[in-house]
Amino acid sequence: MQITDETIEYVGILAKLELTDAEKEQAKQDMSKMLDYVGKLNELDTDNVPAMSHAFPVSNVFREDEVTNADDRENLLSNAPESKNGCYKVPKTFD
Amino acid sequence: MSLMAMTACELGEKIKSKEISVREAVTASLDAIEERDKDLNCFVTVTAGKALSDADEVQKKIDAGELTGPLAGVPVAIKDNMCTKGVLTTCSSKILSNFVPTYTSFAVEQLEAAGAVMVGKTNMDEFAMGSTTETSYYGITKNPWDTTRVPGGSSGGSAAAVAAEEVPYALGSDTGGSIRQPAGFCGVTGIKPTYGRVSRYGLIAYGSSLDQIGPIAKDVRDTAAVLDIISRYDSKDSTSYANAAEDFSSALTGDVAGLRIGIPTDYLAEGVDPDVRNAILAAAEEFKAKGATVSEFALGMVEYAIPAYYIIASAEASSNLERFDGVKYGYRTAEYRDLHNMYKKTRSEGFGAEVKRRIMLGSFVLSSGYYDAYYVKALKTKALIKKAFDDAFEKYDVILGPVAPTTALKQGESLSDPIKMYLGDIYTVSVNLAGLPGISIPCGSDSAGLPIGLQLLGQTFHEKDILRAAYAYQKDHKYARPAFLSKDGKEGA
Repeated sequence: MQITDETIEYVGILAKLELTDAEKEQAKQDMSKMLDYVGKLNELDTDNVPAMSHAFPVSNVFREDEVTNADDRENLLSNAPESKNGCYKVPKTFD
Repeated sequence: MSLMAMTACELGEKIKSKEISVREAVTASLDAIEERDKDLNCFVTVTAGKALSDADEVQKKIDAGELTGPLAGVPVAIKDNMCTKGVLTTCSSKILSNFVPTYTSFAVEQLEAAGAVMVGKTNMDEFAMGSTTETSYYGITKNPWDTTRVPGGSSGGSAAAVAAEEVPYALGSDTGGSIRQPAGFCGVTGIKPTYGRVSRYGLIAYGSSLDQIGPIAKDVRDTAAVLDIISRYDSKDSTSYANAAEDFSSALTGDVAGLRIGIPTDYLAEGVDPDVRNAILAAAEEFKAKGATVSEFALGMVEYAIPAYYIIASAEASSNLERFDGVKYGYRTAEYRDLHNMYKKTRSEGFGAEVKRRIMLGSFVLSSGYYDAYYVKALKTKALIKKAFDDAFEKYDVILGPVAPTTALKQGESLSDPIKMYLGDIYTVSVNLAGLPGISIPCGSDSAGLPIGLQLLGQTFHEKDILRAAYAYQKDHKYARPAFLSKDGKEGA
């Protein structure tokens, strides 16, 4: 399958990745090769096969929403690239 | 015998009988790491100070009779994708180069409660994406059997650390073969338990419907002892199996009489190295001699496993790795225009090439217009693969085959051609898709002297069958060590 520049741009947006021109060229080739390869699955007749997300049934597991852990705010924030007044600090999102 | 040449259980017995102290055991491990790891690079982080103080704490509990288990006081290494409170956890990625978790993963917590002393975090392919441990941001890990070769991956650091006798055992994780294949390449034993057996709480997710934690050690007995400890129901992993806890060590009877073993002819067809094929067939003969019935059969679906796997794993990875955006933890780019630009630059600078490749592929197969053609198609294929195994397990208790088509590859051989690297996973990925348990044990060596791995697969939650078979084989085979360990005369630390 041919991957166009537009597709790579679009996938870059979905993936939140900013690729250099060289990386884009490489990604086009890699993805095209990979899609040709996984296209092998089209040999299989799967019309009446249900899609299987887990190898055996997994259902929702419910429990009471009870707090069991202590406040860990300071430790958690210590991993943040930037924090302010006990919150994560991010770039301005609107003017 | 030097301390690090012992198995984890042997070392545990010496500690229990007070023949050696926990501090001596931990020091021996740290010394071995100090001596060998500059060359091999099995570890991303070595926690020497913490390990020594933990050793003294564990010793007190052993002396007080509070810790009586077989692995109390025994050093362990943990793959660097499992969170460890207060200890750097990088996933071998730049994007987590400064991440210090505030909690410990469930499996590691179980080990520590049983008296394990962690000596460090092991190297891996970045985010467990790779089969060679060459995609790590922190440098490649070398194979202790031949330092020009890869240790396999993604748990290459864990497998190489055990083979090089830097540590008696380690935890790894397996999404498409990442415990079994490096164990095979490094001549040690590794088991991927059934999906749901070991909680993934605290494991940094790659492919959530496939990921499973398991031990890598010198022998089957050690892996069973570790499974006895880490297999527990955990309410914090919604896929955790209610009856996860079992006495796995009780399966090590040495007897395989009546066990029905099947060999998929599709696993020994074209593409498999002749030395590997011969070693597998020789092992099959041994099982026959021990009273098992062994026959060949056509499993089917083998060539569809890798395409289905890469679609599903990449899709899940693209979703799981969304969380790395430079806000709550990890690396953030130095300069940016706005929020979205910060996300993009952070991720583009923080992830390596293979991770980006899979995120791109995953984003594509999940995107509108392609979702059904690729992602849903792969999930349907997964159902067919599961069915092929279900049919096989009506006739057989255990499926026997190679771990990989070849022995350890030369460094750099597969990096240039991703699809070639992916093809090396042909015998391991289907096991993850079907959720089955699989164990890798050494079964001789090839003409270059490199270890060959034998893989035994069992039915869902029938780890005992494969442990039983693996143990019966292994008890008649002496553990082989990499040449440098016996040559240099230093024999451990």
